[in-house]
Amino acid sequence: MATLGSAPTPVDASLPIASPAAVATTPAPRHSLLVRVTHWLFTLCFFALLVTGIEILISHPRFYWGETGNINMSPLFKIPIPSSRNLVPTGYGYVLPDQNGWSRYLHFQAAWLVVFTGLLYALHGFFSGHFRKRLLPGPEHLSRKNLSAAILSHLRFEPPAEAEAHSYNVLQRLAYAFAIFAMFPMMIWTGLAMSPAFTSAFPVTVTILGGHQSARTLHFLLTIAFVLFLFVHLLMIFLAGFFHRTRAMITGRVNNRADS
Amino acid sequence: MKHLSRRKLITTGLAATAGVTGLGVATHLAHKYGLVPPDGGGIYGPGETLTYAAQRLLTRHSLAREFSPVEISAKPLANELAPFSDEFKRFQADKFTDWRLAIDGLVDRPASFSVSQIKSYPSRSHITEIGCEEGWTYIAEWIGTPLSHVLDLVGVKPHAKYVVYFSIEPDWWESMDMADALHPQTLLTYGMNGDDLPVGFGGPLRMRLTRQIGYKNVKFVNRLTLTDNLKPFGKGTGGANSDGGYAWYAGI
Repeated sequence: MATLGSAPTPVDASLPIASPAAVATTPAPRHSLLVRVTHWLFTLCFFALLVTGIEILISHPRFYWGETGNINMSPLFKIPIPSSRNLVPTGYGYVLPDQNGWSRYLHFQAAWLVVFTGLLYALHGFFSGHFRKRLLPGPEHLSRKNLSAAILSHLRFEPPAEAEAHSYNVLQRLAYAFAIFAMFPMMIWTGLAMSPAFTSAFPVTVTILGGHQSARTLHFLLTIAFVLFLFVHLLMIFLAGFFHRTRAMITGRVNNRADS
Repeated sequence: MKHLSRRKLITTGLAATAGVTGLGVATHLAHKYGLVPPDGGGIYGPGETLTYAAQRLLTRHSLAREFSPVEISAKPLANELAPFSDEFKRFQADKFTDWRLAIDGLVDRPASFSVSQIKSYPSRSHITEIGCEEGWTYIAEWIGTPLSHVLDLVGVKPHAKYVVYFSIEPDWWESMDMADALHPQTLLTYGMNGDDLPVGFGGPLRMRLTRQIGYKNVKFVNRLTLTDNLKPFGKGTGGANSDGGYAWYAGI
């Protein structure tokens, strides 16, 4: 019987050398070892960055556009939550505890890890053909017929076709490509654009965004986009079969036979 | 299949060995070139060291962005302050005429300077943005004497690595490396927007670093110490904020 316990770590799956008898029947993994390891590193960083990002946000839950912004200025929008600073007029009668020390430490450490993971993933994806073959939509995916069929099938909440256990459909390709090639770099960029030291060396990285506070606001809006992405990602996994999809991302295997 | 796997195993092994060796060499070099911050140990040490080392390599001489006079914030924000100590109030009642900045530690000629003396030295002003780690910012014109000028007067010993700077108010001190100490925008600030520096913004004397965020810009500075070792100060992390759980280096 297939259980997650039968293949406890992704590392085991990378070394079919350990059981030569199984080699002949083991198909190529659904996700390569590198994709699986980086996926879970991304997951770890995602939650570290999200939690610490929220903690930092709480110390000033107001957003501005342009170069400067503070409580003497009118915000673009406010988040209606209490703050961890007495200075911020939130309308709530209390101040939350300050968590910015460790939050900033962890935020930047997780940012480094996510950047290194992203570089590794991008180099692998580019040179192995992963991006070209499996991730970026080709002309056949982008035909009107294929696109409308995929959209209709999603709107009807139809269970995915068997083929989708082995390869991404056009909507997945578009969503993943957008998150990887647009949202991720923008997130790193808008984060660095808030650094007075980084922008002293590369001032154009912040001026092109409209200023420090614009960068901060974009960083927050990208967070919202990433959280929405996560919700849809999880919803789709539940609809497609949580156990099988998750196992494929842990062990690389798609069907039960390979586990026997 | 088996050969391929063996090849993969060998490649992975080699990559891992190269990685570990590379990390060892990088750590050695980072220590050698002073790229490890005083809080570079502990669980957040790797991230802090990467940030500090990367930003030092990229920004050793770069100038923070300067703005035009029209961009000066109409309503700058002075952060909250703890109630002033009696000592500070006495100086304040006297319009800070007796305020002095003492400099000691690894210098050839320890000295102390009055604010009017400091004002008589060559001045530099810049219109720069100051940002709080909480996320808010404002732009102001900062007027002062470059810290490097005053350090030249006292003669910094070659092996000094940090300037530790203290506020007159208790538990308020920070330190910076020599790259920031000798940076042309680092000012002993006594003026703001064409006037004296208001008390709320750190008057009579505030340490202003343009490439680090607010909490490194200590208000009411009255003492500097040059040192090559931050361990004896406070808990040894190089500042009141880092002793309290914040990063020592605040370039981001």
